[in-house]
Amino acid sequence: MVEGIYGTIMAMNLEEIKKLIKESLPDATVEIQDLAGDGNHYSATVISSQFSGKSKIEQHKMVYNSLKGKMGNELHALEIKTKE
Amino acid sequence: MDQQTNDLIKKEIENNEICLFMKGTPDAPQCGFSMAISNMLKILEVNFKGINVLENEHLRQGIKKFSDWPTIPQLYIQKEFIGGCDIVKEMYENGDLIKLLENKGISFKKKN
Repeated sequence: MVEGIYGTIMAMNLEEIKKLIKESLPDATVEIQDLAGDGNHYSATVISSQFSGKSKIEQHKMVYNSLKGKMGNELHALEIKTKE
Repeated sequence: MDQQTNDLIKKEIENNEICLFMKGTPDAPQCGFSMAISNMLKILEVNFKGINVLENEHLRQGIKKFSDWPTIPQLYIQKEFIGGCDIVKEMYENGDLIKLLENKGISFKKKN
């Protein structure tokens, strides 16, 4: 029961993560994977033309900025991959 | 960030060719992401200093401001911020980390 509730809450957060990234990077394709199947470790792959010509650090900062301070706080176990 | 913390971070980065700001120590990491980078560096047999941010709350918050980066671990090589776990892992897998070490003249163990 607890797991079920937890899973539902995380799923909502996932949609929110997607929404926030898309607001900042409208052309982005965002794919989120549940890495361990435990509802706790996620990987987001973000593909956007806006990454073109930017370093990996800059690309990741663009994604972090879109998450408006959540990264490192509520979002601990979110792995990020960026592609042009 | 207070001046003392800023000075402490600068001193670590200037005095250690490779430093990893991490949760826990290389021998006893307290977080999977910190363990991941620490293990990559161990496999490459490069000398690095692990700095445990859990021992100092000022340092834990300060390093995020210093690098303008929201997460820990953070890897510095020759005073340059290289990235967090995701970037370093990608560089490890695609060979960019080895190229970087070569370019900077840092010795490491080549794969057989």
